Amino acid sequence: MSISTFVIVSVIKIVIALAVLLTSVAYSVWLERKVLGHIQNRWGPSYVGPFGLLQPLADGLKFIFKEDLTPPHVHKALYIAAPMLSVICAVSSIAVIPIGNWVDVAGLHIPLEITDVNIGLLVILGITSMGVYGVALAGWSSNNKYSLLGGLRASAQMVSYEISLGLSLIGVLIVSGSFSLRQIVDAQGGRFWGFVPRWNVFHGQEVAFFIYLMSAYAETNRVPFDLPEAETELVAGYHTEYSAMKFAMFFMAEYANMITVGCLATLLFLGGWHGPIVGPPLARVILPVFWFGLKVFGFMILYIWVRGTLPRFRYDQLMAFGWKFLFPLAVANLVVTALVVAVRA
Amino acid sequence: MPQNYVPIFIFVALIGILLPGTLLAAKLVRPENPHPAKLMPYECGIDPVDNARGRYTVRFYIVAILFVVFDVETIFLFPWAVQFKALGLFGLLEMFIFLGILVIGYLWIWKKGALEWI
Repeated sequence: MSISTFVIVSVIKIVIALAVLLTSVAYSVWLERKVLGHIQNRWGPSYVGPFGLLQPLADGLKFIFKEDLTPPHVHKALYIAAPMLSVICAVSSIAVIPIGNWVDVAGLHIPLEITDVNIGLLVILGITSMGVYGVALAGWSSNNKYSLLGGLRASAQMVSYEISLGLSLIGVLIVSGSFSLRQIVDAQGGRFWGFVPRWNVFHGQEVAFFIYLMSAYAETNRVPFDLPEAETELVAGYHTEYSAMKFAMFFMAEYANMITVGCLATLLFLGGWHGPIVGPPLARVILPVFWFGLKVFGFMILYIWVRGTLPRFRYDQLMAFGWKFLFPLAVANLVVTALVVAVRA
Repeated sequence: MPQNYVPIFIFVALIGILLPGTLLAAKLVRPENPHPAKLMPYECGIDPVDNARGRYTVRFYIVAILFVVFDVETIFLFPWAVQFKALGLFGLLEMFIFLGILVIGYLWIWKKGALEWI
């Protein structure tokens, strides 16, 4: 296709993806509050709209109309840049996440993702690992003891679990032999013995899936690894000094990261958009996207369920878990996967 | 194809315009009533004693150094994993030697106490 068509199609896809992602972020917050409410035997948001469904809208408006304090003791440029950096790193990894097969629209053959690059996994890892800068800079530039401690803890935790996260993906790469997320998903098509889906999680990568999930929870600073913003000891961690829209940006970044983790786990371990696909041609386009969305939704529910169930680790336990348990486990998983694949080949 | 990377930059540029735009739009409609008490560092209502540019535990530096060492190892493993089937037995043995050195270093830092917190 010509350059102008390419740019126009890309921009249309970007706008749609951004709208869907930001809506999902807003409604993940709603879902979390609602489900957590029911776990704790209360109602959660229930006043604004039916079932509190308009709550995200009300929150958004409130974030805009709230006073935004920029205290005089902060390092101003970094203080303003940090939340934006967080959001950019969290959101832009969605650009290479495929959500379905290729479709034909108006004579154009386009993939159901913003862009189809052959090193998609590396791009995502590269972008999301930049997210630590947002947190570290926010903590340091606030010039507040709680923020500094929160920022330091968050960066130490994120870099520690980054290693296990990277190592857990290597097993998948050995099995599928590609960095392209689309090819990784395609390699997971079909079934074992006619009924077990050929997903990587049923293909010898169970341990890797466990390591990935644990590391990803720590990377996104979520319970049980939410030490950086431990309310009872650090007030709010790195975003103590932030208010209004800038605070909302950290919030958005956290939930966008959760969605990215869900998408990546779905693509790498749960077979992406593979699922029972039947019916007319239109259903064959929509069903894969539906299965993908359903799996990601499952991960969001798991996140919330874990938050409603588990207590927080102590910091030394967190570091010991990452360095003394997950890291050796990830190396062992890598060696075993390599041996098994080599013996089979 | 290199042109496939262009949409990523368009995407980043679009968010890069959208976010400051939101902040500016909010600046037009929000109230602005600064007060000395509001602008103090927030420390649960207690007057701050010192500023936050102090010293902090050396553990954080050790974690950062360990991260650099082990993350570079991980990056070496990525291209190897993708070409695993093409490299055959040679690649497998080479990487096991590499991992062996890595594990010896890991056991050493564990014994030295670099992984202990406190």
